[in-house]
Amino acid sequence: MSLAAQVLSLARRSVIRTIRQPANWITPLIFPLALMAVNTGGLDRATDLPGFPSDSFLAFFLAFPFIQGALFATVNAGVDLARDIQTGFLNRLSLTPMRGAALLFGHLGGVIVMGFAQAVWYLTVGLLVGVSIASGALGALVIFLLAVLIVLAFGSFGALAALRTGSTEAVHSLFPVFFVFLFISSMNLPRNLIETDWFRIAASLNPVSYLIEAIRSLIIVGWDPEALALGFGTAILLAIIGLTLSSLSLRSRMART
Amino acid sequence: MRATLNVAVAVGWRMLHNNFTTPSLLIPGLAFPLFFFTAFAGGLSRVNDIPGFQFPVGYTAFQFVFVLLQSAAFAGVFTGFGIVRDFESGFIRRLMLAAPDRRGILLGYALGALGRWSFTAIVLTAVALAAGMEVGGNGVDLFALYALAVIVNACGLFWSAGIAMRLRTLQAAPLMQLPIFLCLFFAPVFVPLGLLANWLQFLAHLNPVTLLLEAGRSLIAGTPTHVTYAFGAAFCLAALFFVWAVRGLRKAEAAGS
Repeated sequence: MSLAAQVLSLARRSVIRTIRQPANWITPLIFPLALMAVNTGGLDRATDLPGFPSDSFLAFFLAFPFIQGALFATVNAGVDLARDIQTGFLNRLSLTPMRGAALLFGHLGGVIVMGFAQAVWYLTVGLLVGVSIASGALGALVIFLLAVLIVLAFGSFGALAALRTGSTEAVHSLFPVFFVFLFISSMNLPRNLIETDWFRIAASLNPVSYLIEAIRSLIIVGWDPEALALGFGTAILLAIIGLTLSSLSLRSRMART
Repeated sequence: MRATLNVAVAVGWRMLHNNFTTPSLLIPGLAFPLFFFTAFAGGLSRVNDIPGFQFPVGYTAFQFVFVLLQSAAFAGVFTGFGIVRDFESGFIRRLMLAAPDRRGILLGYALGALGRWSFTAIVLTAVALAAGMEVGGNGVDLFALYALAVIVNACGLFWSAGIAMRLRTLQAAPLMQLPIFLCLFFAPVFVPLGLLANWLQFLAHLNPVTLLLEAGRSLIAGTPTHVTYAFGAAFCLAALFFVWAVRGLRKAEAAGS
């Protein structure tokens, strides 16, 4: 079996497995949008602040579900991989000619499919409730591309946690950590409007801010090369770091088994 | 009565001992309120400048009241998780055999929830004051604010205990926390009621948490309004959930747990 066939086979397994666990795909589809509704309802008047970059808080906030959905997909996928380790599936797999890279990319392939489906859902809901994409149809495609990259980057860290710990509980416990990164970012207000100095600095150091701002720029600004370069650059860098560390962990995990 | 109190004190002490000697129980209950306070009060302080936003003691105090009430409710819910764990481990079966008056068990869990929240409230208040929170209310106002939070804590505990005693599985955890989460967030969390979007304003008007929040904020500002109504609503909710919890206890007894 070629590497591509191995990757496809494991990606298919990952997707089917997620579909068979409704909580794993219903929550990422519903919860980020529910939180978006609450925040939008509560902070709608923030658009009256001088310097606020949009007259619609909904459009401003639409980037948020993409990131939170990616977090959900990542944690769920990490948990599935950890379960494979706990149940001995990985041990059995290591006795076959299956290559380590196929396992990692197959697993991440499943996460990417789910991430893409989520991105389509969030954007569709956004368009249905009246948000218009300032960068047009091409911008929507770029949003999907960035969303997939973000899921790949986060997914590689979920895989890393699973491979390092081999524990579903440990991967679950990552969720609050990811959540902290999400909340200490520019998700609610643009960084220049964050008044508290330490929070603005923390948000500026937080890579999640640049991911949100890149998606947001396509929705409310149009084509902003700086925001896009920072967003894509951050996502690619995170993906490289995550994939490198996961590959190293996988090697030692497979060696131990 | 004495037997009931003896059971209550023993169960309450055990809950507190478990909570303060198990970091995985202690840290989330403490970290989440602090995190929400940091994210909301720090990240959204410019919301104070929205035209029509008038809160005399600043946005930090405005958010402090929400997080205080939220932490109280969730300390009750997290104690509900402990009740389920006691069912799953078989501890409650032995406890029910040993307790002369089983209502003492419920009272003990309530004491545990109160002790757990008290610690969180002390830390949260210290952090808020260190962050420069202004307080307009006098001692009586603040006593009333914390008393209101104590009743909210009891509401959270009795609600989750009712669920825990009926379902007796950790799979019921979302059922314990989701309704409380929704009630808390479909209220004026970020801005006063009048500045919410119309649909959220409509829901918030129907939500008793709005009354508690507005009364709590008026107390910290030193301009008490609707306090009697808020305490009335809180007592009614606590009584309602107490009956719910006692009936749950009877169902658990009938199920032979």
